Amino acid sequence: MSAAPTILPRSRVGTFADRLRAGDQFAYTLTLVCAASIFLVTCLLVYELWIGSALSREKFGWNFIFTSTWDPVREDFGAVPFMFGTVVTSLVSLLISVPIGLGAAIFLSEMALPSISDTLTFLIELLAAVPSVIYGLLGIFLLVPVLESVVVPVLKGTLGFLPIFSGPFYGVSLFSASVVLSVMIVPFIISVSREVLLAVPVDQREAALSVGATKWETTWQVVVPYAKRGIYGSIFLALARALGETMAVTMVIGNTPKVQTSLLGPGDSIASVIANQFTEATSDMYISALIELGLVLFAITIIINGLARLLILTTGGRVAK
Amino acid sequence: MSTTREPETIVGSINQEPLTSSGSAPKQAETIKLSTERLNFHYGNYKALHDISLNFYANKITALIGPSGCGKSTFLRTLNRISETIRHTRIDGRITLDGEDVLALDVTNLRRRVGMVFQRPNPFPKSIFDNVAYGVRVNGMARGTSIREVVEKSLHRAALWDEVKDKLHETAHALSGGQQQRLCIARALAVDPEVLLLDEPCSALDPIATAKIEDLLFTLKDDCTIVIVTHNMQQAARVADNTGFFLLGKLIEFDQTEVIFKNPAAKETEDYITGRFG
Amino acid sequence: MRNRRKIVNIVMLSLTGACTVVIIGILLVILGYLFWNGARYLTVDFFTKLPAPVGESGGGMANAIVGSGKLLLLAVLIGVPFGFLGGVYLAEFGTGIFPSVVRYMTDLLNGVPSIVIGIFAYGVVVARMHHFSTLAGGVALGVMMVPIALRTTEEFLRGVPQSLREGAMALGASKARTIATVVIPAAIKGIFSGMMLDLARVAGETAPLLFTSLGNRFWSPGWDKPTSALPEMIYHYAISPYDEWHRQAWAAGFVLLTLVLLVNIIARQVLARTSHAG
Repeated sequence: MSAAPTILPRSRVGTFADRLRAGDQFAYTLTLVCAASIFLVTCLLVYELWIGSALSREKFGWNFIFTSTWDPVREDFGAVPFMFGTVVTSLVSLLISVPIGLGAAIFLSEMALPSISDTLTFLIELLAAVPSVIYGLLGIFLLVPVLESVVVPVLKGTLGFLPIFSGPFYGVSLFSASVVLSVMIVPFIISVSREVLLAVPVDQREAALSVGATKWETTWQVVVPYAKRGIYGSIFLALARALGETMAVTMVIGNTPKVQTSLLGPGDSIASVIANQFTEATSDMYISALIELGLVLFAITIIINGLARLLILTTGGRVAK
Repeated sequence: MSTTREPETIVGSINQEPLTSSGSAPKQAETIKLSTERLNFHYGNYKALHDISLNFYANKITALIGPSGCGKSTFLRTLNRISETIRHTRIDGRITLDGEDVLALDVTNLRRRVGMVFQRPNPFPKSIFDNVAYGVRVNGMARGTSIREVVEKSLHRAALWDEVKDKLHETAHALSGGQQQRLCIARALAVDPEVLLLDEPCSALDPIATAKIEDLLFTLKDDCTIVIVTHNMQQAARVADNTGFFLLGKLIEFDQTEVIFKNPAAKETEDYITGRFG
Repeated sequence: MRNRRKIVNIVMLSLTGACTVVIIGILLVILGYLFWNGARYLTVDFFTKLPAPVGESGGGMANAIVGSGKLLLLAVLIGVPFGFLGGVYLAEFGTGIFPSVVRYMTDLLNGVPSIVIGIFAYGVVVARMHHFSTLAGGVALGVMMVPIALRTTEEFLRGVPQSLREGAMALGASKARTIATVVIPAAIKGIFSGMMLDLARVAGETAPLLFTSLGNRFWSPGWDKPTSALPEMIYHYAISPYDEWHRQAWAAGFVLLTLVLLVNIIARQVLARTSHAG
């Protein structure tokens, strides 16, 4: 073979190869441009938020995130009530959804038959596909009446002495928003946690069982700690989603910007005030303040998402989409 | 009832029984610590073990040898019923520990009494101390001892103390493979098991680490009964008092190690020992 | 002591089962309530008529259905090419530090709340054109589609075995040709399903439409006028004080959720099968 002379003239081989390279070059450039568009869009997004909020940032400076007045008439804006509502509803929703979600994830990874586990996980992941406006719809017409007639009276009867359950229940409230959020984020916690639990090597379980640990002790003291970074990751992922959730929250939170101890009163969140007031905003300063709220929300979710991904990646679990 | 039976009586009476060349299998007039009687094991519809009847004598090391897939590990895993963690499996037959029916015992208590060391070192991602202390913590402590004492004693027994005494609170994953395996042995020893099952404990280790573990087994047998699965015949010859040879889910032959290696009764054993297959 | 451990074991394991039952129960209640209400209020008029003025009964959401269709068409036209080609770049051409930057930015963009994407589309399209439009809404949804379209494409292309690429290249195909005729066809089912899931996700998005396509009670010809969309109508009708509008919101929710869930179920089935085959 090596001794045989090439049949094609050198020049023709050259042009053929050149043509190949040209085609590859074109494909490379085209796909590179599309990939780079992500980069550009992200930069443009930050730029828009930064420029759009310039008026407000210049006028209020850091006070914006430390004051609680929200007065469109006098154009005096502070983000505290909204940040309060966003953080409180998100954290309360985690308090509800983490125990239930982790419990279900443990059941699905450690207890259920694989076929049943897969089917139930499939159903639970469908919960994540339900559009948030539909959660809002159900929140208004199903959840709020149920909370009003059943849950809140029970809560007030048992835990009513706690300041967080004091005062009258308005239906639309921080508490309602938290419950809706917890239903929305629990599929993320279950789906990611189940996966990291399933990824725990079998020999860890066997090691614990073989020194006489019960199934629960094995699960809780060995399997869950082994997967804890991934579980934290799933919680952060859920938190990031809760922080940025708009429609379902705005439909049940009451849209009243105030800071209060009771969860039963109405509140407001960053995302929902933007949704509600953006089209009503008449002055440039008003719009600018709303965009600055968007910037604050952007910054918070970026940080939380970054932490979530870091945690899940270092455990080797797959990041849920 | 099997505890009262002399070892001789089990030989040759039923055709499934393993052969012994001497006709007077393990000669020690020792007590039988753990014993199986016509043990069958099923994965779903597949029968992995066929009528295994075998005695493990107190304070002896018994090696189980055989080619890959012969069922020796499966058999070992039935002895502390860790096999039950795999779905669609079933144990038939009888296993007795000190005459008690193992299948009727409380499984967590059984596993405390019958410890296990696995093929690959599997320390928990916790500190060295917490690894050893784990079993003690879940099972509770005997009166008048402290966890620290138990941990120290177990690490001594596993011949690991001198190497780790200054870094008890560092993560176990920083140890070498051989140290990790000895840590796993210490973890198993901490709950004071009566029987220690080892499933190819040296297969992931280098020769020096292997030698350390083998030395360790000799000292351990004073306090407990040891069953070791190995595919390394030299290892079986070096450490075991008695050896059983498995093939295709059956116990072909069981006898004193010396007999198995020098004068096996079964053709299959001889072929395997001399390296004609497996 | 032993009893307490056993009780804890049983109680806690049962609790995990109870958690699962609660979640599945919520799912069933949600679906049941929505379908029961939605199906009750769904009429033919819903698909064919414009919204009725306040106070009059009847009417439908024909304009919102068409509006959603137009918005999604725009979203696909923007999201799919950029996402798909960008994914091809990451999977086939990406080397060095730039792809990692793109990947990081993609995840970052994917985590941005949809309301913030709305602000972005407002700034880029609405503020510059000085009016709300279908185009602005489409841009917002398109930008939301890109990150997942991109990562889906990358993931499925990476799943194509290297040997296929080498086989094609060995026959003298160029890299671009190999990708277009061998790699992409091998992954197309997965990519397509992933894109459908992506589309189903943005089809239910409301927040980014509120100040981009705004909403409209009438037909919206062309691309530069405000338009209504199903999720946006659900929102406005649900928070209105009129019972008639609430009924329409239920019907719209029923239609929207049915479409979204159908796409999800079909696409996930296809994905499950392709990942098993691969």
